[in-house]
Amino acid sequence: MSPSLHAFFAMGGYAAYVWPAYGVFFAVLLIDWLAPQFRRRRLLRELRGRLARQEARKERTVTPSPLRGEGWGEGPRLP
Amino acid sequence: MANWIPLWLHKLSSPPAFYRFAGALRPWAITLALLLGLVALYGGLVLAPPDYQQGDDYRIIFIHVPCAWMSLFIYGVMGVAAFIALVWRIKLAEVVAMASAPIGACFTFITLVTGSLWGERMWGTWWTWDARLTSELVLLFLYLGVIGLYHSFEDRRQGARTAAFLALIGIVNVPIVHFSVNWWNTLHQGSTIRLLGPSSIAPSMIWPLLTMMAATKLYYVASLFGRTRTDLLALESGKDWVRQIAETEGRA
Repeated sequence: MSPSLHAFFAMGGYAAYVWPAYGVFFAVLLIDWLAPQFRRRRLLRELRGRLARQEARKERTVTPSPLRGEGWGEGPRLP
Repeated sequence: MANWIPLWLHKLSSPPAFYRFAGALRPWAITLALLLGLVALYGGLVLAPPDYQQGDDYRIIFIHVPCAWMSLFIYGVMGVAAFIALVWRIKLAEVVAMASAPIGACFTFITLVTGSLWGERMWGTWWTWDARLTSELVLLFLYLGVIGLYHSFEDRRQGARTAAFLALIGIVNVPIVHFSVNWWNTLHQGSTIRLLGPSSIAPSMIWPLLTMMAATKLYYVASLFGRTRTDLLALESGKDWVRQIAETEGRA
Protein backbone atom coordinates (compact mmCIF):
# COMPACT_ATOMS: atom_id res chain seq x y z
CA MET A 1 0.00 0.00 0.00
CA SER A 2 1.33 3.42 -0.89
CA PRO A 3 2.20 5.74 2.03
CA SER A 4 -0.51 8.27 1.19
CA LEU A 5 -3.18 5.60 1.02
CA HIS A 6 -1.91 4.17 4.28
CA ALA A 7 -2.15 7.60 5.88
CA PHE A 8 -5.68 7.92 4.55
CA PHE A 9 -6.81 4.69 6.18
CA ALA A 10 -4.95 5.50 9.40
CA MET A 11 -6.98 8.75 9.78
CA GLY A 12 -4.27 10.34 11.90
CA GLY A 13 -4.67 7.64 14.55
CA TYR A 14 -8.46 7.96 14.69
CA ALA A 15 -9.19 5.08 12.29
CA ALA A 16 -10.96 3.13 15.05
CA TYR A 17 -13.47 5.97 15.44
CA VAL A 18 -13.88 7.47 11.98
CA TRP A 19 -14.34 4.24 10.00
CA PRO A 20 -16.88 2.60 12.33
CA ALA A 21 -18.88 5.86 12.20
CA TYR A 22 -18.97 5.71 8.41
CA GLY A 23 -19.65 1.97 8.55
CA VAL A 24 -22.72 2.49 10.74
CA PHE A 25 -23.94 5.24 8.41
CA PHE A 26 -23.82 3.00 5.34
CA ALA A 27 -25.02 -0.18 7.07
CA VAL A 28 -28.10 1.48 8.59
CA LEU A 29 -29.07 3.25 5.38
CA LEU A 30 -28.57 0.04 3.39
CA ILE A 31 -30.97 -1.78 5.71
CA ASP A 32 -33.42 1.11 5.43
CA TRP A 33 -33.19 0.82 1.64
CA LEU A 34 -33.48 -2.95 1.32
CA ALA A 35 -36.14 -3.74 3.93
CA PRO A 36 -39.05 -2.10 2.01
CA GLN A 37 -37.80 -3.64 -1.29
CA PHE A 38 -38.17 -7.12 0.19
CA ARG A 39 -41.53 -6.22 1.71
CA ARG A 40 -42.73 -4.97 -1.67
CA ARG A 41 -41.70 -8.18 -3.42
CA ARG A 42 -43.42 -10.32 -0.77
CA LEU A 43 -46.55 -8.19 -0.99
CA LEU A 44 -46.79 -8.49 -4.76
CA ARG A 45 -46.26 -12.26 -4.54
CA GLU A 46 -49.10 -12.54 -2.02
CA LEU A 47 -51.32 -10.35 -4.18
CA ARG A 48 -50.71 -12.53 -7.23
CA GLY A 49 -51.48 -15.63 -5.17
CA ARG A 50 -54.73 -14.11 -3.98
CA LEU A 51 -55.70 -13.07 -7.51
CA ALA A 52 -54.96 -16.55 -8.85
CA ARG A 53 -57.12 -18.13 -6.13
CA GLN A 54 -59.97 -15.71 -6.86
CA GLU A 55 -59.69 -16.49 -10.54
CA ALA A 56 -59.80 -20.24 -9.89
CA ARG A 57 -62.80 -19.89 -7.62
CA LYS A 58 -64.64 -17.79 -10.17
CA GLU A 59 -64.11 -20.40 -12.84
CA ARG A 60 -65.44 -23.13 -10.61
CA THR A 61 -68.56 -21.30 -9.46
CA VAL A 62 -69.60 -19.02 -12.30
CA THR A 63 -69.07 -21.37 -15.24
CA PRO A 64 -69.67 -24.93 -14.09
CA SER A 65 -68.32 -27.40 -16.60
CA PRO A 66 -71.14 -29.09 -18.50
CA LEU A 67 -68.86 -32.03 -19.26
CA ARG A 68 -68.44 -32.96 -15.64
CA GLY A 69 -72.12 -32.46 -14.94
CA GLU A 70 -71.43 -30.57 -11.74
CA GLY A 71 -73.69 -27.91 -10.35
CA TRP A 72 -73.03 -24.59 -8.64
CA GLY A 73 -70.90 -24.38 -5.58
CA GLU A 74 -69.10 -27.66 -6.11
CA GLY A 75 -65.50 -28.10 -5.33
CA PRO A 76 -63.52 -27.32 -2.23
CA ARG A 77 -64.61 -24.38 -0.18
CA LEU A 78 -62.06 -21.63 -0.06
CA PRO A 79 -61.72 -19.17 2.74
CA MET B 1 -52.64 31.66 -6.07
CA ALA B 2 -53.03 30.02 -9.42
CA ASN B 3 -55.90 27.63 -9.55
CA TRP B 4 -54.02 24.73 -11.03
CA ILE B 5 -51.69 24.27 -8.05
CA PRO B 6 -54.33 23.04 -5.57
CA LEU B 7 -55.93 21.07 -8.38
CA TRP B 8 -52.63 19.39 -9.19
CA LEU B 9 -52.02 18.67 -5.50
CA HIS B 10 -55.48 17.22 -5.17
CA LYS B 11 -54.94 14.91 -8.12
CA LEU B 12 -51.50 13.91 -6.85
CA SER B 13 -52.91 12.88 -3.49
CA SER B 14 -54.87 10.04 -5.08
CA PRO B 15 -52.96 6.80 -4.42
CA PRO B 16 -52.49 5.60 -8.04
CA ALA B 17 -51.35 9.07 -9.17
CA PHE B 18 -48.87 9.37 -6.33
CA TYR B 19 -47.67 5.81 -6.92
CA ARG B 20 -46.75 6.71 -10.51
CA PHE B 21 -45.32 10.11 -9.56
CA ALA B 22 -43.12 8.60 -6.84
CA GLY B 23 -42.04 5.79 -9.14
CA ALA B 24 -40.90 8.29 -11.77
CA LEU B 25 -38.97 10.53 -9.35
CA ARG B 26 -37.39 7.86 -7.15
CA PRO B 27 -34.61 6.70 -9.53
CA TRP B 28 -33.51 10.32 -10.06
CA ALA B 29 -33.51 11.07 -6.35
CA ILE B 30 -31.40 8.05 -5.43
CA THR B 31 -28.96 8.55 -8.31
CA LEU B 32 -28.43 12.19 -7.40
CA ALA B 33 -28.15 11.27 -3.71
CA LEU B 34 -25.42 8.72 -4.45
CA LEU B 35 -23.51 11.12 -6.72
CA LEU B 36 -23.65 14.00 -4.24
CA GLY B 37 -22.84 11.60 -1.40
CA LEU B 38 -19.68 10.41 -3.21
CA VAL B 39 -18.60 13.99 -3.94
CA ALA B 40 -19.21 14.94 -0.30
CA LEU B 41 -17.26 11.90 0.94
CA TYR B 42 -14.32 12.77 -1.30
CA GLY B 43 -14.42 16.38 -0.14
CA GLY B 44 -14.77 15.46 3.52
CA LEU B 45 -12.41 12.51 3.78
CA VAL B 46 -9.72 13.45 1.26
CA LEU B 47 -9.75 17.15 0.34
CA ALA B 48 -10.62 18.81 3.64
CA PRO B 49 -7.58 19.37 5.87
CA PRO B 50 -7.36 17.88 9.39
CA ASP B 51 -8.80 20.06 12.14
CA TYR B 52 -6.22 22.06 14.09
CA GLN B 53 -7.55 20.76 17.41
CA GLN B 54 -9.23 17.46 16.64
CA GLY B 55 -6.96 16.09 13.89
CA ASP B 56 -8.76 13.65 11.60
CA ASP B 57 -11.36 12.65 14.20
CA TYR B 58 -13.52 15.64 13.31
CA ARG B 59 -14.26 13.98 9.92
CA ILE B 60 -17.16 12.24 11.66
CA ILE B 61 -18.88 15.64 11.35
CA PHE B 62 -19.58 15.00 7.65
CA ILE B 63 -22.10 12.30 8.52
CA HIS B 64 -22.98 13.20 12.11
CA VAL B 65 -24.29 16.70 11.42
CA PRO B 66 -26.24 15.95 8.20
CA CYS B 67 -27.87 12.96 9.93
CA ALA B 68 -28.74 15.11 12.94
CA TRP B 69 -30.34 17.67 10.65
CA MET B 70 -32.26 14.90 8.91
CA SER B 71 -33.47 13.49 12.23
CA LEU B 72 -35.17 16.83 12.93
CA PHE B 73 -36.23 17.56 9.35
CA ILE B 74 -37.94 14.19 8.94
CA TYR B 75 -39.71 14.67 12.25
CA GLY B 76 -40.98 17.99 10.93
CA VAL B 77 -42.27 16.37 7.74
CA MET B 78 -43.85 13.59 9.78
CA GLY B 79 -45.49 16.16 12.05
CA VAL B 80 -46.96 18.13 9.14
CA ALA B 81 -48.19 14.94 7.44
CA ALA B 82 -49.65 13.75 10.75
CA PHE B 83 -51.48 17.05 11.15
CA ILE B 84 -52.93 16.82 7.63
CA ALA B 85 -53.87 13.18 8.24
CA LEU B 86 -55.72 14.05 11.45
CA VAL B 87 -57.49 17.15 10.19
CA TRP B 88 -58.37 16.24 6.60
CA ARG B 89 -58.06 12.45 6.83
CA ILE B 90 -56.11 12.21 3.61
CA LYS B 91 -54.90 8.66 3.13
CA LEU B 92 -51.65 9.71 1.47
CA ALA B 93 -50.76 11.95 4.43
CA GLU B 94 -51.19 9.00 6.81
CA VAL B 95 -48.94 6.87 4.62
CA VAL B 96 -46.27 9.58 4.32
CA ALA B 97 -46.26 10.16 8.08
CA MET B 98 -45.94 6.46 8.86
CA ALA B 99 -43.32 5.85 6.15
CA SER B 100 -41.21 8.73 7.49
CA ALA B 101 -40.93 7.30 10.99
CA PRO B 102 -38.52 4.40 10.25
CA ILE B 103 -36.29 6.60 8.06
CA GLY B 104 -36.17 9.25 10.77
CA ALA B 105 -35.38 6.58 13.35
CA CYS B 106 -32.47 5.39 11.17
CA PHE B 107 -31.00 8.89 10.93
CA THR B 108 -31.47 9.50 14.66
CA PHE B 109 -29.76 6.20 15.44
CA ILE B 110 -26.81 7.09 13.17
CA THR B 111 -26.58 10.52 14.83
CA LEU B 112 -26.41 8.96 18.30
CA VAL B 113 -23.87 6.27 17.36
CA THR B 114 -21.55 8.57 15.39
CA GLY B 115 -21.82 11.20 18.12
CA SER B 116 -20.90 8.58 20.67
CA LEU B 117 -17.85 7.52 18.64
CA TRP B 118 -16.84 11.15 18.32
CA GLY B 119 -17.44 11.98 21.97
CA GLU B 120 -15.39 9.10 23.27
CA ARG B 121 -12.15 10.65 22.05
CA MET B 122 -13.04 14.32 22.35
CA TRP B 123 -14.93 14.36 25.63
CA GLY B 124 -13.58 11.10 27.05
CA THR B 125 -17.04 9.53 27.32
CA TRP B 126 -19.39 7.54 25.08
CA TRP B 127 -22.45 9.04 26.66
CA THR B 128 -23.44 11.82 29.00
CA TRP B 129 -26.90 13.01 30.08
CA ASP B 130 -26.44 16.40 28.53
CA ALA B 131 -29.44 18.30 27.15
CA ARG B 132 -28.58 17.81 23.47
CA LEU B 133 -27.83 14.11 23.78
CA THR B 134 -30.83 13.39 26.00
CA SER B 135 -33.30 15.24 23.78
CA GLU B 136 -31.93 13.43 20.71
CA LEU B 137 -32.43 10.12 22.53
CA VAL B 138 -36.00 11.19 23.33
CA LEU B 139 -36.41 11.86 19.59
CA LEU B 140 -35.38 8.26 18.85
CA PHE B 141 -37.90 6.98 21.41
CA LEU B 142 -40.62 9.15 19.84
CA TYR B 143 -39.89 7.65 16.43
CA LEU B 144 -39.92 4.13 17.90
CA GLY B 145 -43.14 4.95 19.76
CA VAL B 146 -44.82 6.08 16.54
CA ILE B 147 -43.68 2.92 14.72
CA GLY B 148 -44.78 0.68 17.60
CA LEU B 149 -48.18 2.33 18.01
CA TYR B 150 -48.83 2.15 14.27
CA HIS B 151 -48.14 -1.58 14.18
CA SER B 152 -50.12 -2.36 17.33
CA PHE B 153 -53.45 -1.85 15.56
CA GLU B 154 -55.14 -4.47 13.42
CA ASP B 155 -56.64 -1.74 11.23
CA ARG B 156 -53.84 0.11 9.46
CA ARG B 157 -55.66 3.41 9.09
CA GLN B 158 -56.78 3.43 12.71
CA GLY B 159 -53.18 2.72 13.71
CA ALA B 160 -51.87 5.49 11.47
CA ARG B 161 -54.23 8.05 12.96
CA THR B 162 -53.41 7.08 16.54
CA ALA B 163 -49.68 7.14 15.83
CA ALA B 164 -50.10 10.48 14.02
CA PHE B 165 -51.50 11.87 17.26
CA LEU B 166 -48.38 10.80 19.15
CA ALA B 167 -46.19 12.23 16.37
CA LEU B 168 -47.98 15.54 16.69
CA ILE B 169 -47.54 15.73 20.47
CA GLY B 170 -43.88 14.79 20.16
CA ILE B 171 -43.15 17.71 17.87
CA VAL B 172 -42.49 19.88 20.96
CA ASN B 173 -39.24 17.95 21.26
CA VAL B 174 -37.93 19.28 17.92
CA PRO B 175 -37.21 22.86 19.08
CA ILE B 176 -35.86 21.42 22.34
CA VAL B 177 -33.27 19.40 20.40
CA HIS B 178 -32.42 22.35 18.19
CA PHE B 179 -32.06 24.99 20.90
CA SER B 180 -30.74 22.74 23.67
CA VAL B 181 -27.18 23.92 23.07
CA ASN B 182 -28.28 27.54 23.62
CA TRP B 183 -30.76 27.01 26.44
CA TRP B 184 -28.59 24.84 28.63
CA ASN B 185 -24.94 24.60 29.38
CA THR B 186 -24.08 21.51 27.40
CA LEU B 187 -20.98 19.48 26.77
CA HIS B 188 -22.14 19.35 23.17
CA GLN B 189 -20.77 22.26 21.18
CA GLY B 190 -23.01 24.98 19.80
CA SER B 191 -23.92 25.22 16.12
CA THR B 192 -21.11 26.05 13.76
CA ILE B 193 -23.34 26.52 10.72
CA ARG B 194 -25.61 29.52 10.80
CA LEU B 195 -28.16 30.53 8.24
CA LEU B 196 -27.93 34.13 9.41
CA GLY B 197 -24.50 35.49 10.07
CA PRO B 198 -21.06 34.00 9.52
CA SER B 199 -20.45 30.31 10.19
CA SER B 200 -17.46 29.41 12.32
CA ILE B 201 -16.14 26.75 9.97
CA ALA B 202 -13.66 26.84 7.08
CA PRO B 203 -15.05 26.81 3.49
CA SER B 204 -13.08 23.62 2.70
CA MET B 205 -15.04 21.89 5.47
CA ILE B 206 -18.39 23.54 4.93
CA TRP B 207 -19.01 22.53 1.32
CA PRO B 208 -18.71 18.75 1.90
CA LEU B 209 -21.03 19.21 4.87
CA LEU B 210 -23.66 21.03 2.81
CA THR B 211 -23.28 18.59 -0.09
CA MET B 212 -23.84 15.69 2.28
CA MET B 213 -26.89 17.49 3.62
CA ALA B 214 -28.31 17.66 0.09
CA ALA B 215 -27.44 13.99 -0.45
CA THR B 216 -29.23 12.88 2.72
CA LYS B 217 -32.29 14.97 1.82
CA LEU B 218 -32.46 13.32 -1.61
CA TYR B 219 -31.93 9.91 -0.02
CA TYR B 220 -34.88 10.63 2.26
CA VAL B 221 -37.06 11.48 -0.74
CA ALA B 222 -36.05 8.26 -2.51
CA SER B 223 -36.52 6.09 0.57
CA LEU B 224 -39.81 7.77 1.49
CA PHE B 225 -41.17 7.27 -2.02
CA GLY B 226 -40.17 3.61 -2.01
CA ARG B 227 -41.86 2.98 1.33
CA THR B 228 -44.91 5.01 0.35
CA ARG B 229 -45.35 3.03 -2.87
CA THR B 230 -45.24 -0.26 -0.99
CA ASP B 231 -47.61 0.98 1.70
CA LEU B 232 -50.08 2.25 -0.89
CA LEU B 233 -50.08 -1.16 -2.61
CA ALA B 234 -50.77 -2.85 0.73
CA LEU B 235 -53.47 -0.38 1.72
CA GLU B 236 -55.30 -0.52 -1.62
CA SER B 237 -54.71 -4.20 -2.34
CA GLY B 238 -58.35 -4.75 -3.34
CA LYS B 239 -58.38 -2.00 -5.96
CA ASP B 240 -58.07 -2.44 -9.71
CA TRP B 241 -54.94 -0.35 -10.17
CA VAL B 242 -53.06 -2.51 -7.65
CA ARG B 243 -54.33 -5.66 -9.37
CA GLN B 244 -52.93 -4.42 -12.66
CA ILE B 245 -49.53 -3.71 -11.10
CA ALA B 246 -49.45 -7.12 -9.44
CA GLU B 247 -50.25 -8.82 -12.74
CA THR B 248 -47.81 -6.87 -14.94
CA GLU B 249 -44.92 -7.04 -12.48
CA GLY B 250 -45.54 -10.76 -12.05
CA ARG B 251 -44.88 -11.45 -15.71
CA ALA B 252 -41.93 -9.09 -15.94
